[in-house]
Amino acid sequence: MNWITKFIKPGLKTLLKRQPKTEEGSLWTTCNCQQLIYKEDLHKNFFVCPKCETHQKISCRDRFKIFLDNNEYEILKTPSPPDDPLNFVDTKKYIDRLTAARKLTKQDDAIMIASGKLKGINVTVGAQNFSFIGGSVGSASGEAFICGVQYAIDNQTPFIFFSCSGGQRMMESSLALQQMARTVLAVNELKKNNIPYIVVLTNPTTGGVSASWAMIGDILIAEPKATIGFAGRRVIEQTIGETLPDGFQTAEYIKDHGGIDLVVSRKELRDTIGTLITVLLKKNKTTSIEATNENQEDLKQIVEVAS
Amino acid sequence: MKSYLEFESDIKVLEEQLDKLKDPFNNEGLAEVNTEKIYQIQNELDQKLKEVYSNLSRWQRTLLARHEERPRAKFFINNLFSNFINLSGDRQFADDKAVLVGFGVFEDQSVLVIGQEKGDDLDSRIERNFGMMRPEGYRKCIRLMQLADKFNIPIISFIDTPGAYPGIGAEERGQAEAIARSIECSMSLKVPNIAIIIGEGGSGGAIALASSNKIIMFENAIYSVISPEGCASILWRDPKKTLEAADAMKLSAQDLLDQKIIDEIIKEPLGGAHRDKNALLNEIKKSIRKNLKELSELSREDILDHRKQKFLFIGRKKGLIKDINSKDKMTIEENIFSNIKQKINKNKIVIPIAVALAVLISLILLYL
Repeated sequence: MNWITKFIKPGLKTLLKRQPKTEEGSLWTTCNCQQLIYKEDLHKNFFVCPKCETHQKISCRDRFKIFLDNNEYEILKTPSPPDDPLNFVDTKKYIDRLTAARKLTKQDDAIMIASGKLKGINVTVGAQNFSFIGGSVGSASGEAFICGVQYAIDNQTPFIFFSCSGGQRMMESSLALQQMARTVLAVNELKKNNIPYIVVLTNPTTGGVSASWAMIGDILIAEPKATIGFAGRRVIEQTIGETLPDGFQTAEYIKDHGGIDLVVSRKELRDTIGTLITVLLKKNKTTSIEATNENQEDLKQIVEVAS
Repeated sequence: MKSYLEFESDIKVLEEQLDKLKDPFNNEGLAEVNTEKIYQIQNELDQKLKEVYSNLSRWQRTLLARHEERPRAKFFINNLFSNFINLSGDRQFADDKAVLVGFGVFEDQSVLVIGQEKGDDLDSRIERNFGMMRPEGYRKCIRLMQLADKFNIPIISFIDTPGAYPGIGAEERGQAEAIARSIECSMSLKVPNIAIIIGEGGSGGAIALASSNKIIMFENAIYSVISPEGCASILWRDPKKTLEAADAMKLSAQDLLDQKIIDEIIKEPLGGAHRDKNALLNEIKKSIRKNLKELSELSREDILDHRKQKFLFIGRKKGLIKDINSKDKMTIEENIFSNIKQKINKNKIVIPIAVALAVLISLILLYL
């Protein structure tokens, strides 16, 4: 073998071969810890970096998949109010940003609602996708949230929401701001109907989202090291003119200050929330009911035999 | 010493001239009141004011909403309500002086008054934290709003804040939760609540107290999700692009009325609220009287429902929707036309394909 076959041929091959442009095409990915991770390992590990335990931001569909029984879920159709109500233009047109985000995430807006089962109990689940303009909330997201709440009420299922957002969407200005009141209104209806409402705060949950529906869940759970707070870190530093303490606004810090109930890693979320729901809905006896059913069948057989 | 905004330089010159003429004793030379000249300059000034103020940009309105001499919540509380007693404390941590809350009387009717107060001079501004509330403030409001609900007393709030206070302590004590609870409480009240945005309606800090049956705004007040400076530095990456940001965000009273977010605009005197504070009082009185009367005709349940419907309606497109007034459903149901329209919008490629197909078929038919 000479050097032509050894070096030039593979070189030419790689040149001619179409490089996978999208991230989806490659088998490897990376994390904040800057280590290479085999994608399948990451997926098997619930999108938690196997090396540094960072809980990566995930899409709504992935969230539903890893959270619900048998990875089965049904996406609910949510209403779509007019795009770009204010004809907002900054350095880029808002409508272009929307189109790009839709193409990237294959979602209509940042929030998606799905129905499925958790530990055999019907649940309605909502999630936010940070890749969609920072998970920001505008009219469409607000409408989706309200729709999800209505579905939970109509079907009497617990409502579980995975928040992940920087806040309200500036490009919808005051309309986005009003979503804070609108979503809280929906949560009030949930509470009126005595439906468990559990919020999982994932990295990051700040601004208008934490100051509206996310912080008034019946039970608040956070993923480890998630940033949770109202004002952004930089804003606080600029206002008070000093550097902030380590770990400020992390899930663990907020928990120590009494802000949330639990910090639970993604792997254990299913079990924790499943248990919470069964206890809240008093479905503790599911196993024992089956057991009694079996007993009754046994009894029947005995009775039949006896007769 | 009067303070002028950057776009008021001509007005400043004229007013200074006028003041000099009206006060001849402090002038050099012969002391004489030149009435004719005063008239002339006064006319010129009125003309100039009209010219400048009839066509204010949104950024200019923002400056006006933040004007140093703009009447504050305290001014309105003192002049509109009798027997006002300021109550303090959230019973848990502290008293937030950025907000005044207390019961009072408006034209023989008991009301709860909430006012975000920025302060009038440097000392009071520092004491009031420039109108930026901390969690304690929101919790104080919640406590007293619930009390008002208990005694069936309507609530009137004056909104004037740059936003909720961003600080370490505020975050540790749950700023986000306090705001969320405040909205939750406002949305579940069975007594009428009216919010009047008198200056700056800054984001979460404002909506925490402005989730109300009626939202009224002063002509030159602003209400938005982020300050123009904040928006400019995030989206334009240049904090100086405030003019563009203010325009893009459509944060003026008229814009919000067009978006059906607010219910009413109160006209300000020519040259802004600070030029004639007393002229404003009558307008507000009229507006509060009218709205209180309108809401007092509703039952407790209907008041809650009125607020719910009002907020559910915001941002929904007109027409093509059924069940918008259904009382127990919150979602909108869209009919078939809007669905098809959406699908076409999403898959624009469908249109040329359909046209091409139609042309092909017609051609085939022609040749046959």
